[in-house]
Amino acid sequence: MTNMESTGAAGQSAEAAMQVSTLVPDTALEQRRQSERRFALAPDLVTVRNLKMHFPVTEGALFNKVAAHVRAVDGISFTIRKGETLGLVGESGCGKTTTGRCILRLDHPTGGEILFDGKNLVDLDDKSMRALRRKIQVIFQDPYSSLNPRMKIGEIISEPMKVHRTEPNKAARDARVMELLNMCGLDPRFADRYPHEMSGGQRQRVGIARALSVRPEFIICDEAISALDVSIQAQIINLLEDLRDQFGLTYLFIAHDLSVVRHLCHRVAVMYLGKIVELAECDELYGNPLHPYTQALLAAVPVPDPDMEKVRSYRIVKGEVPSPMNPPSGCVFHPRCPLAVENCAKTVPEFRELRPGHWVACSVI
Amino acid sequence: MTLAANLGTKVELADKPKLRSRLSAVGRFARRNPLGAAGGVVIIVMVLVAVLADFIAPYNPVANAFDRMHEPPGLENWLGTDQYGRDVFSRIVYGARTALLVGFASSFVGAAFGLVLGVASAYFGGKIDLIFQRILDIFMAFPLIILALAVIAIFGTGAQNVIIAITIPFIPRCARVVRSSALAIRELPYIDAARANGFSHARIILRHMIPNVMAPFLIMITAFVGQAILLEASLSYLGLGVQEPTPAWGLMLQGGAEEYAESAPWIAIFPGIAISLAVFGFSLFGDAVRDEFDPKLRSR
Repeated sequence: MTNMESTGAAGQSAEAAMQVSTLVPDTALEQRRQSERRFALAPDLVTVRNLKMHFPVTEGALFNKVAAHVRAVDGISFTIRKGETLGLVGESGCGKTTTGRCILRLDHPTGGEILFDGKNLVDLDDKSMRALRRKIQVIFQDPYSSLNPRMKIGEIISEPMKVHRTEPNKAARDARVMELLNMCGLDPRFADRYPHEMSGGQRQRVGIARALSVRPEFIICDEAISALDVSIQAQIINLLEDLRDQFGLTYLFIAHDLSVVRHLCHRVAVMYLGKIVELAECDELYGNPLHPYTQALLAAVPVPDPDMEKVRSYRIVKGEVPSPMNPPSGCVFHPRCPLAVENCAKTVPEFRELRPGHWVACSVI
Repeated sequence: MTLAANLGTKVELADKPKLRSRLSAVGRFARRNPLGAAGGVVIIVMVLVAVLADFIAPYNPVANAFDRMHEPPGLENWLGTDQYGRDVFSRIVYGARTALLVGFASSFVGAAFGLVLGVASAYFGGKIDLIFQRILDIFMAFPLIILALAVIAIFGTGAQNVIIAITIPFIPRCARVVRSSALAIRELPYIDAARANGFSHARIILRHMIPNVMAPFLIMITAFVGQAILLEASLSYLGLGVQEPTPAWGLMLQGGAEEYAESAPWIAIFPGIAISLAVFGFSLFGDAVRDEFDPKLRSR
């Protein structure tokens, strides 16, 4: 299990990968406890307050009448401290990716504010935003479509440096491309290749090198490992961890794989239908989930033992996720909640700090 | 092979497979698409004839010879002479130059403008896209020839104006096709990555979007060249295109078709064949290129 802390470049067996996604070794746990204490004092780097992203649904060919809104993100708040990794989990369609896109200003939020280093990204003009974009980078889910197929790897990695003028000249940029490829566990000769000549894991490393090229402070990993093989996932997770420690990076780690999030993140926020239902430090959330949705989510993680898997009792939540175009009244989870009482359909639950650092949006517990 | 020899031929080794793979790609294309390959041969022959016209044509294409008018095809004038005694074969050979010049110039310029406008329209989207597409609709509402006639009416005749007249109706057609594929590309993560990095609109359009819509663009170009040749011939036939005595196929058709259709049919028949063959060649080749680029149509 020592290779958990070793360089991400090393090829690892599928066995190691299995361990990553099932249990967390004691040493890593201990390390994280220490770092969690450290981050409690670190300043906030990103603060999201009451963020809303409603996409209009239009109808009619000529006058584009707005028929309804998809409430992809509906009033969420969280902070990420400097050097911390915040996990954002939830099933597909719950608004995780949209949250990331709002912070990147790829989508313009309907309401709320996003503070980065004290500046509100929501009402920043394009020019000031452009300067800030260097500090906020993104790693995408799909390693195949996130690289321009017509550009060489070297060009892909050096282009942000060129635009943001972080290196004085082409020679310096080329040298940095080599350095970055090395850092991300790739042969520097890949610089002359095209993306289609590489495997998925290698491409994802290129995506990481591109994100790192302009020395960012904050990286949004949007399902950065979900599209990869399990064995490759372990390598990329280790790479992300190493880079975080080496450069003091702050991550927003968007994922749906709970065990990966547990391994990598300091704190975790659980999203459901555009809202954060629970937010706590990693061990607290996994060890003592309070919200019924989080409990159901954790109970759904398969056990890697066929005999235990056979006998364990599922607590399957009934029904389907409602449409974000017409979310339920009151608590959005109430139609599927095992604890729901009459009042849940009427009042929107407050996001309360039930235990120190453990926030839950549920009025029953 | 020894190690030393291996090192010595390293550069060659790197280059040779590339050339060989290019050649075998051409071979595969010909096998998969024999009609397209035939079109390609017609195009190559036409280009060669146009380039080497000075060496191929036995006579000066604009020299009148009033002692040899209406000469039927024979040993001296292979395809006969026209009403001014000019050699029909020589005029067809030089006419290939006019046809290709007008065909390539107008389709390349038209397609290039269409490419930039189409990609920009798709990239900016929203109201800009809407307004833009309605303007293109207005242009598309006119048939090619009518729009070209209108442009000629404004600018006047002559080779240069013919090129402009044929270019303009091509722009909206190319823009429309390019826009549809650019719309799909706009949603891909690498465009998001470029936007998240704060790249300028011009950089995203030129470096990230345009290189990725080249497939439909090349299809449009090959399809346009044939159409442009036909359009040039039509305009010349109507007397609104290239002017006498410049050798142009449409012009030759006009000179020969009405008066001499019965007495000297070769004056009109041969340039007619040249036009059909050229257009046929380009459209066969264009279809083959489309099949080649569109994996859904590709049969293995």
